[in-house]
Amino acid sequence: MANETLAVIKTSDLTYTYPGAAKASVKDVSITIESGEFVILTGPSGCGKTTLCRCFNGLIPIFYGGKLEGEVVVAGRKVVDNSIYELAQHVGLVFQNPENQLFALSVEKDVAFGLENLAVSRDEMRKRVDWALQMTGIEELSERPPHELSGGQQQRVAIACVLAMQPEVMILDEPTSFLDPVGAQKIFEVINELNKKLGVTIILVEHRLDLASKYANHVIVMDEGKVVLDGEPRGVFNSEKARLIGVGVPKATRLYQILGESGIHLDRVPVTSEEAASLLREVFKRD
Amino acid sequence: MSMFEGFRFRRVSSVIHRLDPRVKFFFVCVLFVTAILFGKLPPLILLFFVPLPFVFMAGVQREWIRSMRGALFFAVIIFLFNFVFTYFYTQYPQVPSASLLERSLAMTLRFLVLVESFSVFFLTTSPDHLGLALEQSHVPYEFCFAFTTAVRFVPVLAEEAQTIMDAQKARGLELERGNFLKRVRNYIPILIPLIVGAIRRSLELAEAMESRAWGASEKRTNLYVLKLKNTDYLLAFVSVLMLIFAVYVWLYVPIPSLTTLLRL
Amino acid sequence: MIEVKDLYFVYPTGVEALKGITLTIDDGEFLAIMGQNGAGKTTLVKHFNGLLKSTKGEVVVDGVSTREVSVAQLARKVGFVFQNPDHQLFCETVEEEVAFALRNFGFEENAIKKRVDWALNLLDVTQYRQTSPFMLSGGERKRVALASVLAWDPQVVILDEPTIGQDHQQKEKLRQFIVQLNAQKKTVIIVTHDVEFVAECNPRVVLMTEGKIVAEGLAEEILTNQKLVAQASIVPPQITQIFLGLPDLGLPTNVIDVHEARRILLDILEGAPHEHV
Repeated sequence: MANETLAVIKTSDLTYTYPGAAKASVKDVSITIESGEFVILTGPSGCGKTTLCRCFNGLIPIFYGGKLEGEVVVAGRKVVDNSIYELAQHVGLVFQNPENQLFALSVEKDVAFGLENLAVSRDEMRKRVDWALQMTGIEELSERPPHELSGGQQQRVAIACVLAMQPEVMILDEPTSFLDPVGAQKIFEVINELNKKLGVTIILVEHRLDLASKYANHVIVMDEGKVVLDGEPRGVFNSEKARLIGVGVPKATRLYQILGESGIHLDRVPVTSEEAASLLREVFKRD
Repeated sequence: MSMFEGFRFRRVSSVIHRLDPRVKFFFVCVLFVTAILFGKLPPLILLFFVPLPFVFMAGVQREWIRSMRGALFFAVIIFLFNFVFTYFYTQYPQVPSASLLERSLAMTLRFLVLVESFSVFFLTTSPDHLGLALEQSHVPYEFCFAFTTAVRFVPVLAEEAQTIMDAQKARGLELERGNFLKRVRNYIPILIPLIVGAIRRSLELAEAMESRAWGASEKRTNLYVLKLKNTDYLLAFVSVLMLIFAVYVWLYVPIPSLTTLLRL
Repeated sequence: MIEVKDLYFVYPTGVEALKGITLTIDDGEFLAIMGQNGAGKTTLVKHFNGLLKSTKGEVVVDGVSTREVSVAQLARKVGFVFQNPDHQLFCETVEEEVAFALRNFGFEENAIKKRVDWALNLLDVTQYRQTSPFMLSGGERKRVALASVLAWDPQVVILDEPTIGQDHQQKEKLRQFIVQLNAQKKTVIIVTHDVEFVAECNPRVVLMTEGKIVAEGLAEEILTNQKLVAQASIVPPQITQIFLGLPDLGLPTNVIDVHEARRILLDILEGAPHEHV
């Protein structure tokens, strides 16, 4: 049940068209995200999920221009009434390409970048930088230049950079695209820690649902600019609509579906291999 | 381009590396001014040896030699130009005099002293140190940021250029084939993806910057601060002394040219 | 046929990327080279079209050592589709882009026109013929890059990390496309760490880690071997993980396909003796 007072992001009929575009990239999106949720935002390429993310931190409409209709309220602030740097303290955005988010010549200088912009005092900055490096598990990399790091390490630095500003919400736009499965898992674990330990609301845009879905408690699926599914993971992954749109649901869920078609019913919808294994075990015991 | 090799920073630590870049720069400027003041060989030869102890203390001999070797090429050109043109303009058709030779050599040596001092500066100053020095010298932050970001991306762009070359070679592009014009045109399939890639990259960087509160405050703070140490004061003191000494000598002490000295 | 004979490769920076690789790839094979980032997979395949020349050892393509021919000559036989299409695209129209390699290889105008038409059609981008490639979406640019390589009809097609950034449907289309290419007797080599994708294709797999080949065999043998998988830092397919989580039920351990899994489970539950795959 969406509790209005706990909603950290709320949109009402959000519609956005890029400047010069023929049609809207995001159409009539009305969603509510509660504080502390771990949201997965997914959908086929071009569905508008990347555009939607940029509506939450002010890049849209300020940086990109275009036409924004409807309302977006983030951490109690109307996005259109605030500057990007003001919103940056409440909503952090981690992008797909790790390389293009790191500008400094050492990791800790990059992590401090946001704080320097906010004119935080040196002592406070030092504390927050060390804390962010620790939370993302990269303390020993603090003086290394970004070029020497692997993609996974760079992405953790990018997360630390955003974390240092201590936002309530962190949005990650396909952060594991360039990483191998082990690297991807590490990133999801870091994000999950931030969510469970610090209460940071996470919005993760992902295709790799097999690796990521076990952390989520809220899934939003978009298609052609509209939100077509919005709810808890099991229901969404198991739905007919998800299959029609072509969402790559976890194989465990797929197995559940095709077993169901053949008359074998597991008690719950699994999203991870562990869940599927234990549910199958129960079925075997029944016989 | 091995002259530029001598300007590339290598990550090593030494007393010289730890000196404040602003003081080092002041020292280099003093050398620069001194080199301009004197047009005769003896003082310039002396000046050439002044940065050498710094080179050895910093452990950057190999890179320094490389840069001087590269500079030698340009030095020869400067010498020839200077000598040939001045000769034809003033002394032709007589035999060229020793003092003309000396003057051209002095000009060349001046160039070498310049390359040498700046090379030592860049070899012993890390780009982030330099960026920090610029910031603290009240250069507008946009320029400091542009500088350090550019340095940060040099290896990235170099790799990308290599990847693009590979990708186009894999489509049959032969860079070494053809006459001069064809070869220049062969680089278009390399340059365009590189430039388009750089533009795309800048857009992504801009998004990341904005998302991390770029422009939030009039006055930024800084994680690091450059503080002057005793060694910095020492170098500053020595530089000022050198400058005073050089000006005094230039004003009051007549310097014999090498030609005069040798005839004695 | 591509033969790799005890290949060693050291980068100019001193990094030892390949430490003694021996491998044979027959014509018409479908091969997946797998391993984590940095294992040396891309370094290895760059030897197949001569972009890299071995430090020690030899690579022989159709009987000719790669050291004796130029990249352009090898490229005629071995097509390489790079991971990022933006590293290749530079022309004003898609048509010119697809024709670029054909011109480099010296095809005559008539042949170029025919092949461009064919390649555009094959990758379903004919409607973008006169469009600038920079105006297309990411997925469309990937297809144009692929079309520009297939246009000259190489015998071998290497795809470097083709599934990165692709959604489920795009991956499915890619999988079908690869099957089609393979059916046309082309040798297809994919470099990937996408285990689920490989599980759906079930090709021959070469598993690499730290510059060496640690295993070779069918996908269903390699991806289900827990020790190998841990050694190469990859994650087994979810279906395999499910079956590995039920060791006491006597299920076969080399299952990677979801439909195969269903079949086996049905067999067991209906009491019929299941065949050990």
